[in-house]
Amino acid sequence: MPERPHRWGMTVDIDRCTGCQACTVACWAENNITINTQDIVNERRGYYWIRIERYWEGESPALKVRFFPVLWQQCANAPCEPVCPVYATHRSVDGINIQVYNRCVGTRYCANNCPYNARFFNFWERWPPEPMNNYLNPDVTVRSKGIMEKCSFCVQRIRRTERQAAREGRELRDGEVQPACVQTCPTGVFTFGDLADPNSQVSQLAQDPRHYRLLGHLGTDTSVIYLKRIDP
Amino acid sequence: MQDRRKLTDSKINEDLLRSVDHTPRAFWIVAGFLTLWIGGGLFALGNMLFWGLGVTGLNRPVMWAFFVTNFVFWVGISHAGVMISSILRLTHAEWRRPVTRAAEVLTVFALSTAALMPIIHAGRPWRVIYWALPYDFNRGVWPSIRSPLIWDPAAIATYLTGAALFIYTTMLPDLAVLRDRAWGKRPLRFWLYAILSLGWRGSSRQWKLQALAGILLSAVILPVFVSVHSIVSWDFAVALVPAWHATIFAPYFVLGAIHSGVSAVVTLMALMRRFFHLEDYITPDHFDALGRLLIAVALGWFYFFFIDFIFGLYSRESAEVAVMELRLFKAPYNILFIIFIFTAFLIPVPLWFMRRVRRSVLLMFITTILVNIGMWLERFIIIVPGLQYKQPLDFTWGEYSVSITELAIVSSTFAVVSLGILLFSKLFPLVPLSDQKEGQRLQDEIEIGKRSVPAVIREE
Repeated sequence: MPERPHRWGMTVDIDRCTGCQACTVACWAENNITINTQDIVNERRGYYWIRIERYWEGESPALKVRFFPVLWQQCANAPCEPVCPVYATHRSVDGINIQVYNRCVGTRYCANNCPYNARFFNFWERWPPEPMNNYLNPDVTVRSKGIMEKCSFCVQRIRRTERQAAREGRELRDGEVQPACVQTCPTGVFTFGDLADPNSQVSQLAQDPRHYRLLGHLGTDTSVIYLKRIDP
Repeated sequence: MQDRRKLTDSKINEDLLRSVDHTPRAFWIVAGFLTLWIGGGLFALGNMLFWGLGVTGLNRPVMWAFFVTNFVFWVGISHAGVMISSILRLTHAEWRRPVTRAAEVLTVFALSTAALMPIIHAGRPWRVIYWALPYDFNRGVWPSIRSPLIWDPAAIATYLTGAALFIYTTMLPDLAVLRDRAWGKRPLRFWLYAILSLGWRGSSRQWKLQALAGILLSAVILPVFVSVHSIVSWDFAVALVPAWHATIFAPYFVLGAIHSGVSAVVTLMALMRRFFHLEDYITPDHFDALGRLLIAVALGWFYFFFIDFIFGLYSRESAEVAVMELRLFKAPYNILFIIFIFTAFLIPVPLWFMRRVRRSVLLMFITTILVNIGMWLERFIIIVPGLQYKQPLDFTWGEYSVSITELAIVSSTFAVVSLGILLFSKLFPLVPLSDQKEGQRLQDEIEIGKRSVPAVIREE
């Protein structure tokens, strides 16, 4: 751990989003997320660690389509944290709200309290059917029934890169850590980095006059910062 | 206040211990039926544990529903005990005598059942050790005391301990009676009662200590009266969910709990009077007195219920107003709401204002059953619509429909409480013998010249 702890953060530039859903697919593949079959969606129990929300604005022919990627917001003042009786979700030193699957008892209080609706409960035990289990990422736990899960900022990638840097005896480079959605996005919507480092790309972007936070009035102090879309 | 029939001590023993001495066939039928019912619930529970919570109707975002409703309901029922045994004892309400133990027993079983509900509701109940029991000394990982879900086990454990101690200390003289009666006839029972009665011989010192313990326990348990349901209400009030997030919740829930709890005691009393033939002990006077108490409690509860709505409307927060609309005007909540408001308030309370109704055991039985149907629905209407609220980001309203598993488990909790009370009545008297005899003594009169005066003078 470096002397100055990181605060991992992300900017999401809405102006660049085309709504192609590549991030959703990448997230599914990276994090061993349950396949959202028709049944699961009909039960209203779908899993979307990152989801693209689509809004229509205006009437045809002046219709405008808005795409809006929503992932877990990594709040500094997270409403989900104090209500968990077992510290299954709490904030790590480098600014990630971590979910400890082993400790989770499944009270689902955190999901009630999440204003972003970004927490997902495992109602069933769902291993992917053959041969899909060969796709599973060995770095990520497959969640069993009865526990809560959510976006982790691809914590396995952060840790792997940190270890790599430590082995080579150097500091982490800016932009070296790339969660799956960041890596995949063809238009570069997402920028990931250390918000505690004022020179990092993500810190620079967070100063952009277009920046805002999702449901900022709740004072959750999120680490995901959105950049507003400017219509030409 | 009351004209009680003169009863000798042996008659009191015989009447009140009838449930212990005799086992009619009806007992076996009812007990067997309840056991089967509980078996059904256990099967549903096992099925749910095996397959996961997917078998319930829960979904995203309605993560809490029937089990939590039932939890709040049973904690509410359990408030009867402290209300009746502690507050009425401290205020010297004479009529409480035959009611106290039944209320406390109801409390203990209702509270134990309530304590099961959050565990059943959790996704991994076998991990409860992480949650309610702070065991992990080595790694220094403790439960998070910031979470209301940690306050709940503390509150319930406190209340359960208090209520069990209360039953036990007030039952010591009765246990001694049972021990003496079993001597030489039923050795097994004799030993059970002999151990439980702690060598009670009825010396004046023992009576003094027992009376003192009773008064102390009543006083010590008094804070629980406010704390338990306040803490349960904070499960909701500290959350960000619209319509849950209200400061009024603690007193509102406490009064609601007393409303349903005292009603449940009346229901239980009516059943005891009918089936244990306690007509000489549980009289219309008792129903009359409890009916008056219920009027006061119900009006207070209704006030808070109304204020809760005003909170939502005055703040004019769109989320609050939307949830209120859902509760009042949209199916199925509009139907549930009408049933709730009629059963919990509009039908029973005006009826209780009539003396004839208060003194009619059957009508009191029916109205108090209605109250508890209404109060169950009230908790449901508080909990679920708030969660169904249109999510601020994806603009979808949640849905919830109950599954057969939830129905089976929730309904079997009623059988658990009933069977618990029934088995208790098999071993111990549900109406306190000693308290009853004390009441008789206080009523005794002696003739001095031409006047008869009370034989015992109490300090007020």
